[in-house]
Amino acid sequence: MVRKLVECFILGMIYGAAFVCVMLLIGILAYVFARGIPFVNWSFITTVTSILHGTTGIAGNLVNTIYVVVLTLIVAVPVGVGAAVWLSEYAGGGWWVKLIVFTTQTLAGMPSVIFGLFGMVFFGVTLGLGYSVLTGSLTLTLMILPLITRNTQEALKAVPDSYRMGAAGMGATKWYMIRTVLLPAAMPGIVTGVILAVGRIVGESAALFLTAGSGYMLPGSWRGFLHKAMESGGTLTVQMYLSMSKAQYGVAFGIGSVLLGLVLVMNLCIRLIAVKGSVHSKPHPQ
Amino acid sequence: MKAYVVINGYMFYKYLRICTKRNGSGEKLWKGMLHMRYIISESYNNGYKNTKKNPYRSHYQGCHVIGRRSRAEIVESVAEAVFTSCAFCSVLVVASMTLYMVANGLPAVFQVGLKEILLSSIWEPVAKEPSFGIGYVVLTSVAGTAMAVIIGVPPALLTAIFLAEVAPGKLAAVVRAAIELLAGIPSVIYGMIGMLILNPCIYRLERFIFAGSSGHRFTGGANLLSAVLVLAVMIMPTVINISETAIRAVPGQLKASSYALGASRVQTIFGVILPAAKPGIATAVVLGVGRALGEAMAVSLVSGGVVNVPLPFHSVRLLTTALVSEMGYAAGLHRQVLFTVGLVLFVFIVLVNLALNRILKEKEGQDG
Repeated sequence: MVRKLVECFILGMIYGAAFVCVMLLIGILAYVFARGIPFVNWSFITTVTSILHGTTGIAGNLVNTIYVVVLTLIVAVPVGVGAAVWLSEYAGGGWWVKLIVFTTQTLAGMPSVIFGLFGMVFFGVTLGLGYSVLTGSLTLTLMILPLITRNTQEALKAVPDSYRMGAAGMGATKWYMIRTVLLPAAMPGIVTGVILAVGRIVGESAALFLTAGSGYMLPGSWRGFLHKAMESGGTLTVQMYLSMSKAQYGVAFGIGSVLLGLVLVMNLCIRLIAVKGSVHSKPHPQ
Repeated sequence: MKAYVVINGYMFYKYLRICTKRNGSGEKLWKGMLHMRYIISESYNNGYKNTKKNPYRSHYQGCHVIGRRSRAEIVESVAEAVFTSCAFCSVLVVASMTLYMVANGLPAVFQVGLKEILLSSIWEPVAKEPSFGIGYVVLTSVAGTAMAVIIGVPPALLTAIFLAEVAPGKLAAVVRAAIELLAGIPSVIYGMIGMLILNPCIYRLERFIFAGSSGHRFTGGANLLSAVLVLAVMIMPTVINISETAIRAVPGQLKASSYALGASRVQTIFGVILPAAKPGIATAVVLGVGRALGEAMAVSLVSGGVVNVPLPFHSVRLLTTALVSEMGYAAGLHRQVLFTVGLVLFVFIVLVNLALNRILKEKEGQDG
């Protein structure tokens, strides 16, 4: 009898823990949206905070965020995918493969502050880029590299071996096979990795705070947009942190709900890709 | 290394034919050659292939030159070189990070003195006679991480059990989606929620506990306890995901045998499945430790920020928050000491990773 009660109690705890997790999420979403949505309107998104014009907006930060995402992905995706291809298609065994796996795992577990410090000294001081969007992007490149590599590796692992044998049997060379068979088949996994990386970039604050600075102005002309990469620019998250520390909670909640909206949209995308793009669910091509 | 070999096609097929006649291995050999990307010589294809001189014409019709040898060779080796260099990028990055962290963090240690910097507890970097003791900061990070893991891991483990063993399919899918979302929420948002909801609650608790005491310095809720709670929530998604995978990977026979012996569901979970999933759960906990150690922004919003003894109701400063809050204005020796703080954090993280590697290796040993 007592044992039965104990079992019920433990099962209750298990259910309770899961319930708490879900409630936590719902609570966070509800709280942030409830306090943030009233601030989000067209002028909040399209103007820059300015005492002169009396406007409060995040357009500059939005542009910076897009800049950072694009610049980061341009470098990180090819390198990350290449590393994954090497690891899963070329590498045999040996200590250097173990070394690469270990370093990738180390990078994945490295906190963003350390990336920030390294980026600040290496890209900012040694390469002379200073506090700029470019420094931030290069730093984030290092940070998301393991994420993309690991996702691509998983996706390549999921490609059936019969694809490889078929390609080899038809006389395809390795590179030809990778280009025309493996990468297209692994594409959903790669895209998922990229979306996760975008999520990580958008949500990143510490590394960017130390490397990209906190500029929030919109460039004045199209030429300014080109120069923007070399100038300081805070992303949405950095601006949110700054607003929080200055106790401008309205702006912070506005940015928070924009960020949460982005997170939700990206999660949805990943879900759609996972459902539609799996290698095994595709009909065989004729 | 794989190389391209040009073979005289005619002689090659003659050889294959002989092999086939002798012990039937010709066909296998031919497939092997194709697989290894040997290239059949052009002389065969151009000269003999479609003439009656080739006695095995019908047998090997449809075999073509795979590619032009020289070009394919170049493209292949370029591709391999590019992929290899991509893979070695991570090694390069980790090596240069280590180098930079050590090169920037060590000078201050020599200047201030190892004992002074690590063991002293007085942190007054901008005073007239500055003192750079990061003892309390290091201690706070360690204590905070330990407490966050102690608070965060049990519920995370229970949720993982729920997902892997208890929940019916649809409910599990909903909870899993929620946890994925929790993992994706930016840390600043956790910090904001912690600051605006958690801090006032903790403050109320603080006022209740220290109602009569005169020596306590009130923190308004921004203290180690708040930081620990925020960290505990933030490491949960990581711990849940990895321990769920570990629990799922436990062979079904174990569970079946346990039920067959008459064990109940809860007994099976805690007596059989969890012990079997131990290495995976250890991995999850270690990753959680790494995450908690390195979290900066959320913690810096809720922890108060005074260098202090790590007690739950003290306003504290951790390794990461010291970096984030002071890097902006630090100069000279102060800045160098901050790099030492970074170096300490880096060393911690490398240790965590080594532990992780060890666990994974042991796990492999068990599986294999």
